[in-house]
This record gives sequence, C-alpha cells and structure tokens, in this order.
Amino acid sequence: MKEVKKSIPKIDGIGLLKGRPAYTMDFAAKDSLVIKILRSPHAFARIKNIDTKKAEYLPNVKCVLTYKNVPRNIVTRAGQGYPEPSPHDKFILDEYVRYIGDEVAVVAAEDEETALKALKLIEVEYEVLEPVLDFEKAEGHKSIIHPEKECHEMFPIGFNPTKNIAAEYNMHYGDVDEVLKGCEYVVKKTYYTHAQAHVTMEPHCSYSYMDIHGRINIISSTQTPYHVRRIVAEALGIPIEKIRVVKPRIGGGYGGKQALHGEFYTALITSITGRPSKLEYTRQEVFESSYTRHPMKIDVTMGADKEGNIKAIDMHILSNTGAYAEHALTVFMVAGSKTLPLYNKAEAVRFGGKVVYTNHTPAGAYRGYGAIQGNFALESTVDELSKMCNMDPVDFRAKNMIREKETSPIFRIMGEGTEGVDMIVESCKLDYCLDRAKEICGYEYKKKNNKSSDKVRGIGCAIAMQGSGIPAIDMGSALIKLNDQGFFNLLVGATDIGTGSDTILAQIAAEGIGVGVDKIIVYSSDTDLTPFDCGAYASSTTYVSGNAVRKAALKMRDMIIEEGAKQLGCSAMDIEFDGNMIKTKDGKEITLKELSTNLFYSKNQKQLISCESFCGEVSPPPFLTAFAEVEVDTKTGKVDLVDYTVVVDCGTPINPALARVQVEGGIVQGIGMTLFEDVKYAENGKLLNSSFLTYRIPTRMDIGKINVEFAESYDPTGPYGAKSVGEIGIDTPPAAIANAIYNAVGVRITKLPIKAEDILKALKEKEK
Amino acid sequence: MKIFLKINKKDMEFDIKGSETVYDILKSINITSVRKSCDSGVCGLCTVLLNGKPIPSCSYLAAKADGGHITTIEAVEEEAEKFGRFMNEEGAVQCAYCTPGFVLTVMSMKDNLKNFDDESINKYLVGNLCRCSGYQGHLRAIKKYLGVAE
Amino acid sequence: MKVKEYKRAESLNEAYDALLNGSVIIGGGAFMHLSDNEVSIVDLSKLGLSFINENEDTVEIGAYTTLKEIEDSSIISSYFNGVLSKTAGIIAGVQVRNIATIGGCIGGRYGFSDILTCLLALNAKVELFKAGKMSLEEYLSSREIKDIILKVIINKNNKKASFFNMRNSFSDFSVLNVAVCKDEDFKIAVGARPLSAVYAKDAMEYLNQNELNYENIKKAAEIAGDTLNFGDDLRASSNYRREVCKTLVERALLEVIK
Repeated sequence: MKEVKKSIPKIDGIGLLKGRPAYTMDFAAKDSLVIKILRSPHAFARIKNIDTKKAEYLPNVKCVLTYKNVPRNIVTRAGQGYPEPSPHDKFILDEYVRYIGDEVAVVAAEDEETALKALKLIEVEYEVLEPVLDFEKAEGHKSIIHPEKECHEMFPIGFNPTKNIAAEYNMHYGDVDEVLKGCEYVVKKTYYTHAQAHVTMEPHCSYSYMDIHGRINIISSTQTPYHVRRIVAEALGIPIEKIRVVKPRIGGGYGGKQALHGEFYTALITSITGRPSKLEYTRQEVFESSYTRHPMKIDVTMGADKEGNIKAIDMHILSNTGAYAEHALTVFMVAGSKTLPLYNKAEAVRFGGKVVYTNHTPAGAYRGYGAIQGNFALESTVDELSKMCNMDPVDFRAKNMIREKETSPIFRIMGEGTEGVDMIVESCKLDYCLDRAKEICGYEYKKKNNKSSDKVRGIGCAIAMQGSGIPAIDMGSALIKLNDQGFFNLLVGATDIGTGSDTILAQIAAEGIGVGVDKIIVYSSDTDLTPFDCGAYASSTTYVSGNAVRKAALKMRDMIIEEGAKQLGCSAMDIEFDGNMIKTKDGKEITLKELSTNLFYSKNQKQLISCESFCGEVSPPPFLTAFAEVEVDTKTGKVDLVDYTVVVDCGTPINPALARVQVEGGIVQGIGMTLFEDVKYAENGKLLNSSFLTYRIPTRMDIGKINVEFAESYDPTGPYGAKSVGEIGIDTPPAAIANAIYNAVGVRITKLPIKAEDILKALKEKEK
Repeated sequence: MKIFLKINKKDMEFDIKGSETVYDILKSINITSVRKSCDSGVCGLCTVLLNGKPIPSCSYLAAKADGGHITTIEAVEEEAEKFGRFMNEEGAVQCAYCTPGFVLTVMSMKDNLKNFDDESINKYLVGNLCRCSGYQGHLRAIKKYLGVAE
Repeated sequence: MKVKEYKRAESLNEAYDALLNGSVIIGGGAFMHLSDNEVSIVDLSKLGLSFINENEDTVEIGAYTTLKEIEDSSIISSYFNGVLSKTAGIIAGVQVRNIATIGGCIGGRYGFSDILTCLLALNAKVELFKAGKMSLEEYLSSREIKDIILKVIINKNNKKASFFNMRNSFSDFSVLNVAVCKDEDFKIAVGARPLSAVYAKDAMEYLNQNELNYENIKKAAEIAGDTLNFGDDLRASSNYRREVCKTLVERALLEVIK
C-alpha cells in the first residue's frame, strides 16, 4: 500500500483555509432574488385565510407562494434511496402548519430588506388546533397531525397517521420472557434522549438559476445531490431531466443536510420567475425549522446468568419524529440493529416500538442515527448488570461481546426499514481495542476512585459498533478518465461534506491505478457530470464509494496495460506497469505520459474511461471502545471531562490523519449531546434554545484530553481493507460518561443531557 | 454617513447606514473568507482583526470602526498557509467554514500570548467554535506551527 | 438591538442631550444581539473614556475600557488578588472581550455579568456625568437613572478578593457567580441569580459580627443561599441556584481568607 494508509493533506484544505469562494452562497449571482419564509407561530393550526396582496404590491417583491399556488405533490424530504422507508407526508406548502417554524408562505424579492418587509405584510388567519407536545401522549391523541388523505407509506412500515404513528416495528429471536425468568440477574431501566441539533457552521442554504436550456440548476448545501434531484422533480411535478444539482463545498452536514431544506423553494421561485434565487436560513431557522436528532424513550431489560453471561435483551423504544417523519422508521431501527449485535451471545433478543408524530421540529438523520440513543441505553444497562453480577464492567463486556468471525441473528433480521443481510463479522478487533484503551487510560488504577474532597473522579467504559453503508441498497459509482500526459480525472457522485472524502477517494484511485495521488484530479457531486452515488450518509462513502473507485481504478490499470501492450506490440500478459513506465520483460517500454498523449493524438486514438459501481452485499461494522474519565463536583453537580480515550477498529484507515479527526470530531459532538446541548420548549411548543447563546456546543475548553488510536485491522470486503469511520466516534460519550459519573459518585443518570442540576439532585436523594 | 477604513492595507471610503456592521461592509466588497454563522457574536467565524485585535465583525458597527485598519485572511495568506500546512497535515481542515476566522485568531494569539501551554492556547481560542474537528487537530497543528510540540 | 440611527458624540453634553431624547449609549456592542429593539444609539468612543489610571488611593477604569484591557492590565491584576483581571479573562471569547466595555456591562445591568459581581464585592463606585459619584450598588438598584457612566472607581486599600462561578460550559453565561472581598469587613456579592448582582447582606452581617471560623463561614454561606432571591431560566432552576450559591459563597470565603 503506497497511496493508502497514508496521511496526505486534504486536497482542498489550503484553498478552504484561505477562505476562497467554495460554498453555496459564494456562487449565488449578485442579482439573485432573495427568498424569505413566513413561519408558523403556532405548533398546530390550519390556515383559514391567507392574504398576500399587500406583500405582492411591494415594488421589489417578485413572487409570493402559499399552499394555494404551489404544486400539491406529497413527498418525503428525507433524502433517502427509492422507494423511501419514510412516509410521504410533506407538501411544498400546506394549509396545515404542524410546528412552530413550519412554512406558511414564501416571498422572493430583489433584496433582503424588501423580502422581510413583505413577510410582515402577509395576513394569515389561523384556526389554532390543540398541539401534541408530549410524545408519550401522541399515540391516539385527539389531534391528528397528518389528516391529509394523500399521506402514505411507500412499503409497509407500520404507518398509521390516524393514531399519529409514523412507523412501527417489532422483532425477536428466542423467547425473551422465558429466558429472563431463568436469569439470575435482571436489570430494567428507562432512558430518555433529547433532540440534539446538528449545528452546522454553514446554515442550510440553496441557490437556483435557469440555464439556457430552461433547466433548473440547483447549487445546494446538501449531502445527497441525486436524491435532491429526484425529490425536487417529484415535489414540483416537473421532469427530472429538467433539474441539475451541484454540491459545492459544504460547511458541515452530520446528517442535517441529508434531507432537503430550501431546495424546493429556490427551484420553484426560479422556475416561476426565470430568475436566479437564493435562500439562506437564519440561525434561528436552522434550529427551529431544519431537523434534530430523534428524541427517544428507551426501555431496556437485560438478564444474565450466575456466571455473568448475558442471556436476554429486551429493548423497547418510543421515538419522536416531530411534525414530519423523515427517517422515522430507520433511525429507530438502527437504535437496535447497531447496538444489539454487540452482545451476540444472548439467547433471546426482542426489539420493537413505535415512532410517533408530535408538533415539534421534525427529527431527521443525525450522525450516529439511532445508534447513539441505543448505545446510551444498552451500555448504561450493561454497567448496571455487571454490578449486579459482581463483575468489573470492562471484564463483563469482554466476556459477552462479539468477536471476529462471529455473527448475530440481528444482521439478518434487521435492515434499514427492510430485512437485513446475513453476515459474518470478518474483522473485529474489539478485544484488542478494549485491552489497549484500558492500558492507555490507566483503567485499573483509576477505577478505584478516592473521595478526599468535593471533587471526585471516576472512569467509565462503553463499546460501540456501526455499519459501512446500507447493504443491498446504497450504491456508489466512479468514473476514471485518462488524459494526455498521463493524469486522470476521477468523477464521483460521492459527496465530500468536509470529511475529506474527495481526498481519500483520490488515494484509493491512485493506489488502484498504481500512480501517485498527484495525478488524480477529483470532481464530485454534480448530477449532470458525475456518476450516481447515494450520497454522504450511513457511513458509506469510504466503503461503498471507495469500493467503486477501487474497481474503476483497477479497471483503468488493466486498460492502460492493454493499450500499452498494443503500442509496444506485445501481449498484455508480458507488461509491467510501475505507475510511470509500461514495459516488457525484454526491455521495450513506453511512459504513461507518452502512451496517453499517443492515445489522444497519434496512435490508436481513443479515450480511456473506466466506470464501476458498488453496492455492498454486507455492511462490515467498525468497532470502538471508549473510556471516559470525569471529575464530579459533589457540591454543584458539575461534571468536568478529564480524559476520553478510544481505540477504533475501522479496518485500514485510508488516511489516518483524516480518520482520526473524524473520530475526534464525532466524540466531541457526542460529548456535546451528553453534557452541554440542552433542548427546552415553551408551553406552546416553541423551541427555547434556538441560538448559540442558549444552545451551547462544546468549546475547546470543555472537553478535556482526547486520545484516539487505531487497531490494526483489515476487512476483506473493504477497499484496501477499509471500513467506515464517519459515525462511530459519536456513539459512546453518553454511556461512557454516565458510567464514569456512576463510578465517581454512585448516581445513575438516565436522561440526556446530563445536567449538573440533575446530578446534584440525585446526590441529595442518595444522601437521604 | 461616510467612514474611512483601511481594509487589507487598502484605504477605502464607505457611505454606510448606522446599522451596518463591519461584516456587512466586507460582504459588500466581496470578501468571502469572513463568514457569519451564529449571528450573535459567539461562534468566532466572522472574526477579523481590527487594528490587530480579533473582533466579531457581525457584532461591531462599521461606524465604530471608522479610521481603523481591518485585516482578513486575504491579507495574511502567506502566514496563513504556513500554519495551514500543519493544519492540513493533521486533517484538521474539515468543512473549513470556521477555519479562516480561526486562523486569524491564531495569528493574533501568536503575537499576544506569553505562554504557549495547552491551556493558554485553548483559552485564547475559546471564542472560535468548530463543530467538525473536535479541536484536537487544531491544537496539534498550533503546537507544531509555534514549535512547542512535544 | 437594531440600530435606527448612529451618532458619534463629539462631547458629553451632546451625548447627554441625545440620551434625554431617547437614544441609547452603546459600549462595544458585544451584546447588541440580546435584544430586538430598534433604537438610536450614541457612541462615546472618541471621548477619551478608555483608560486605566492608578491614583494614590484608587484605581479608575474608564467606561470604554474593554474587558480585554482589564484582563491585560498590570495595574488591575496587581490588586485584589488579580480577581478583576482573572474574571474579565474568562468571559466569552477574546473577540468579545476585545469589544465589550466595562461601561456597557454596568449600563446594561446584565444579570449574567461576572464582572459586575466582582465590582460590587469590591465596593466600586461609578462616576456619572450629571449625578457624579455613586455606589455601584445604588446604580444597579435604580433603573431609572438617565446618565452617562464615565468611569468606575475602586478603592485600593489592602483588599483581598475571590471570585467563583458555576457555568454549564466554558464560555456560557454563569448559572451563578459569587465574589467576596475582605477589607475590614466582608462583602459578598451574588450575581446571575439570574437577576443582576446584589450583596448577600444577611450573610455579610453574620460574618462581620461573628468570629471568623469554618463553622461561621459555613453558616454565612447557608444564610446567603437562604436569604437571597433566585429565579428560573433556561440554564437552571432557582432551587439549584440556591444550592450552588451556598457552595460558592463558602468556597469564595475560604479562598479569600487563605
């Protein structure tokens, strides 16, 4: 491996660092219409009357849209493959508004000031309806959030809108109740997780213009350009060939830009007016009117025998998808499917529950995608059960966790909204990861905390797994083109959202062809020019798109050898290609530079192009072990994170520096969810934490020391042994930190975020 | 009202409204590196140097800056690239939306901080938020750039 | 706030007239995002109000002095155990500290302010353009004052001071803050309740009338928590603030007698 497993600098790094134009809004034409959205002040209401005349009379207002004058096609904005596992429940604009911040009307004006003025002139009369704000009371509530007859599921997902149920799913293997009865130790706990916000630094934004052919070109801050093309066409009711979507550089995604946001509005305004148009969310809109992590209530029952073998796991979930059901079923299923296989020796496992609609900001995809919620519940319960079994929680995990070459029935039973795929775990270094992380953080010494002052330290552990793409569904493809003088274009639909995927895909291409990475020019994510890719989600780019690139690269290498053989007048069998020189054993040779120039201009002229696709048959999980060390102030309840140590098995890290930052970044987002990022609502359902002043993401002073190491690992199905690494980092902080707090002060926090106030309260109760 | 600003070493005169911020002025002359994210002075993305000191340009009225010298990363590209190479080697340039403002603050830190220990570095830069990187790569890059890496 | 009109005052008299006509004085503007009101503003930044002076008995800080200048001042850091400089140095990020002014903090009477709590404990005075010198306590408690803050004046004597705060994350506003100053007597100020800083008068009285020992410090801290008013907001409940108040007052007292 010459070009992979190598920390080369990100190819676009320096240009981005210097602030060169690269993001959606940098490309918006100066004369773009400015779009602003009138948003609902009510959590649930029907628009009885809407009068836009006064707004339209403003000289610089070009267009005002309401539910009355936009196409009425129901879609899901989820940005998933087709048919989607999310129900179709969203119109471009509707007469019902379903959360505070939902779209009421859209104004396009020559400038922002006029657009804002126009919003104030729109007169709306609402019939205010009783909102559903408590997700535990949503099912069967007398208010039905989606009464529209058009809403439907694309295939059976348990969709039952008359009961406010967006999805329902149940599975089991073995007889859980029976096995639990025979268990020596049984723990039963309930956990709550909250609606974490993505907080991408670049707000959601989109820009559209019409080209000379009358096609709508959308430049958008999106993770899924192909899905955007499909869904915008569907919603607007226009032929898909009339739309081109380009993803420029993206200022952070984390799942928040998998779903569509402003694209409908810019595309529609441009198609109506013929003018370029742009929409950039305000920060408040990003918080209130994009997407959040799905809040969940998770009940876990877990049983073990006398020897400390986990025998049965029962996980029951109620998930809150908010006003629209983007990713409702799948996030909820992943809470089980990406956690339960960790303890694959359990004889009986049951998983199930419901996803309900409420009148809150819709939930959607967010890095970790259910796994972080499930991990918090499962890994907290594992600690509790280990205590019951009188075992060290780390030894308890070592005894019960999945090992290399093993499997779990879950893999076969649970997929993303569908059945899963059977799979043997070909690479799993969890045992190494656990031992190594234990050693780095000094677990044995630190677990015996000493309580000498108000501030007590403790250490806690959690383990995690993810997937690498959605098997049998997610497809990525790559096209490689040889140019004169021997350089290559790599065209991929894969979506670099800041992760560095353009760079690692160039590395994989270079490795496959056998040339230096400097010979690879990457162009990505343009639905007219690059081949299909499902997009940047589900930890898929390195594995799915990377495998496609590898296949295309190997094919290009073969083509080069074949053409070289022709030019040298010998058989391809006799050719060696070292990346620079194509030569025969008997001393004939031609450089790649000469060959490629010949192919364009002088001999056997042709364009060499290789194009390959990849759709995984399996989804090899990366694994991770984490140890959190905390210091708890017993007089204020404040938790300081001292140290967070993880060891990761992601197969071959294609670019170790970028892989490491993926993990570190994931950890810090997980820490944010655990300790800082609070979500509160007013009585009327309004989100109160909708600015950076009230929603606090971790600063660099809040996170202690973070240590990341990688295990030597190689997955035979991955490109050069690689598995995914984008999401796994985020999964463990809630459980590891909760376990560390327990280790420090003996209180078990089961609700996120973990607040000083709750710890102090728990400590006081414990004293009683 | 009329104000004079020196922006990236060039003297300019602007006719502004009282409500315009330094950020608004920079956008009006197509400076792309300065970005607005939180719109409440918290995130550090819109950082520029005013007379050498980092300020949140979204929260600073242009009128108040009258007569001042504003520096954005466009004027310190060479030094930025020097530091940038360390950042890029660490993989710490992720989505990079926050990076130009962060780099400017690092430039200012280099001139103003006395002790380059981890705590002092992190404290100086606490007003520059980043959601991608987890901050660790920043610190590694800064220490290499300042020549204080272990 | 939104700026309707901006005026740079050429003189204090001009600024005062604008103030009487409904304009608002702007400091650095660091917290202008906290409200949505549309106002006309007066800027005093060219009136020489940015200074730190040391006199025989006092330290004077001009209203337009930034938090960063207070943090970096060798004069200020050499008094009161450096508490004022250290506290200025933990507020928000360096960008905000470079623009936020001490006058703005005082004039805004921000409940969350850490620096106000310190100044109150240090028994600072403010000097106003028309009303002259006034104790900070009096200034904070009378919201009707329409005047221009020129400077803050702190007596040097041999004061020892300490400051403690509890906040959910590093650059967040405090959930509660406590400053203690020991001169001849103890002064205890508690802020971010979330209302702005006040003296814990009963606790001060108890402490000043009783022997200084650990038991009485604990007792004073209890009194502070039990007698002050606390409120609920997004960051914490009043009950939590009460508990934290007791803890931080105790810690601040123990620190200051070290």
